[in-house]
Parts: sequence; structure tokens; C-alpha cells
Amino acid sequence: MQPGLETLSYDFAGTRPAGAFAPVLVGVVGSGNLEVMLEASGDDRCRVAVETSARGFADTWRAVLEDFHARHGFAGVRVSINDMGATPAVVGLRLEQAVAQMGATP
Amino acid sequence: MISYAECSARERLARVLDAGSFHEWLPPAQRVTSPHLAQLGVPSSFDDGVAVGRATLDGAPVFVAAQEGGFMGGGVGEVHGAKLVGLLRRALRDRPAGVLLLAESGGVRLHEANAGLIAVSEVMRALLDARAAGVPVVVLVGGANGCFGGMGIVAACADRIVMSDVARLSMSGPEVIEASHGVEEFDSRDRALVWRTTGGKHRALAGDCDALIEDDVAAFRAAAIAQLGRPRPLAVDALEAEHALLAARLAHATADAYDFWREIGIGEPRAVPDMTAAEVEALHAALAGDA
Repeated sequence: MQPGLETLSYDFAGTRPAGAFAPVLVGVVGSGNLEVMLEASGDDRCRVAVETSARGFADTWRAVLEDFHARHGFAGVRVSINDMGATPAVVGLRLEQAVAQMGATP
Repeated sequence: MISYAECSARERLARVLDAGSFHEWLPPAQRVTSPHLAQLGVPSSFDDGVAVGRATLDGAPVFVAAQEGGFMGGGVGEVHGAKLVGLLRRALRDRPAGVLLLAESGGVRLHEANAGLIAVSEVMRALLDARAAGVPVVVLVGGANGCFGGMGIVAACADRIVMSDVARLSMSGPEVIEASHGVEEFDSRDRALVWRTTGGKHRALAGDCDALIEDDVAAFRAAAIAQLGRPRPLAVDALEAEHALLAARLAHATADAYDFWREIGIGEPRAVPDMTAAEVEALHAALAGDA
């Protein structure tokens, strides 16, 4: 891909259909931070697309996202992330913040 | 009390506008993102750092934009600028009661240099077109990144400017001045100097902003409602008055805001930084009454 940015994608089989919901956006793309967008996809997957400026952390992302999926097991959710070097703890908290806002008015 | 400075752009929209009234155009899910940043290895943002849309403010239909200072310092790139221009041009067509710009920006996004510069100039033109058509534009400044560079000029083009005491508004930012003219000219790490040169209190006393408030989202909402009802007609006599104000300022060849404050009639300029916003507003009103 483009020099400097790393694009990662993960695909999990979901067990809990999320149904229809308005897109949710939390966080900001700033140093040590990230934005997370959740959208309804209508299928039975939980697909995650990550664009990050911190290259070489694919295994760490997998661990954080597997942990997220183990907690929620969403089906029909598309997760899109723009990251500027957030730590795993910050990523986990942003994902939970996004889930908390699903179905709430923005 | 909720700090306006500590809110994100979207939190500000939720709290300044009528609850639940914001309808976004080009929302993040449409992914209208920067065509330039990825080539430089910089992550994009789904909204390119600005949310635009329509809403109501105290029941009145308004168009609104909020810049996210956390993304590239609120820098205006090609898409970011185009969203602002589109909002203002739509205001020209649809004639809302006003346009609110929740500005937080270091100016042009240097990664997109020429496109960003052109975008800012287009924002200015679109803003002045809206004003000329009778649609007032009110700028709210209260983010931690201030309002600098091209967005500082955009703010100065508006009908009214609202600032908090932690807000900053200027053209060249402190680091830019220090880099180009040396630390003897301006020490960008001297926070007290930076704030008394570019901060809300100085802007209020100099007549560069129309309302000075505390760093509180409810105060910003109240001030936005009040200023929306005070349009400043874009006419020759108003421009000439502005030019006279600026020409008179050149007579103050002072090295520091303290000297400027003394010259405009403030007996104890060193007391100003510790005053509340309301005290500074009262002081400014008293000075204006004397003049």
C-alpha cells in the first residue's frame, strides 16, 4: 500500500446479530488516538478495517480485536478504524465507547 | 459547567445547538476523505476534520460547521475547505437565519499546501457572499488549538466573533512568529505572553471580538443565540470604520499587550489576566463609554 500507512483487515464470524443501527463515530485521529466507526453491514460477519500510521503491529491489533469480538460476538457490523498510534488499551476503550453509542442518538 | 475547550467538535455541536437538531451533510459514513494524506503516509479522518450540516439554534434554522482541532490541528485541507465552501454556498441558496462556524484551526493544512490555501480563499469569498446576501455568519472560538492562519482571517471576515478567555485568535501562531523573527521578538513558550497577545481578553479589549465568555458550552450557546441577532451589514461605511480602527491601532507602537491596555485607558493592566470574562467585558464597556 502507501508508504508509511499500514492497512489491516480482520474478519470474524458473528453470533449476535446487531441489526440495523445508525453509523456511530467516536474518537479523533490525533497522536496516540484513533477514530472508530461502526456501521451495519447486514451480513453475519464482523469485519474490521484498520488504517494505521504505526506499522508492524498486526499481531497486537489481532489480539485486541479478538478480545473485542470475544466480548460482543457481533454479526452484521463493519468496524472502520483510522489510527495514529493509539495504545491497545486506548483502542479497546474506543471500541467499547462506540458499542455504548450504538442505537443512541448521536 | 462543561468546558467548551475540552469538547470534541461533535460534542460541541451536540451541546451548542438545539438538542438532536443537527443533520449532517457528508457524514463520516460517506467517507469523503482527503485525497492527499495517504500518499504522505498520514492517516485520514472519515470527515476530514470538519462536520457540516443544518440544525436549529433556539428554534431558528441555522447552518453550522465544526472543526476538529484534534485532527491535524484543525488544518484546512482540500476536502475540509470544500465542505466549508459548500455549506456557505448552500446558505446563499437556502437563506437560513445564519451560519455558525465553530472554528478551531491552525490554518491551512500544510500537507495539502496549495489546495488548502485555495480552499481557504474560497471559504472567505463564500462567507462574504453569504454576508452580502444578508445571511449573518457568527464564529465561535474556544478550542485549545485556537484560530490561526487562514481561519483567523476567515473569522475576521464574519459578522460576529465569540471568544472564551482561553480562546486565541490571530494570524501567525506563536511558533511561526518565533521561527521567523526570533525568540527575542516572541517567546512562544511564554504562555502568559501568548495569551495576552492573542487571547480572548486582549481581543475583547482591542475590539476584535464581540463577546467574551467563560469556557463553558452553555455560555457559547447563549452567546451564539445573542450574536446571531446582531448582524453587521457588509457596507462601505462599516469597512471604513474597520480600517480606521486598524489605522488607529498602528499608533500604539507598543511592545506588549500591557502597554497597549494602559494606553487605551486601563489603570491597572497587570490585573487584566486575573479578571473574569464578565469583568473584562465590563471594563471594555466602560472604556467604550468614555470614548
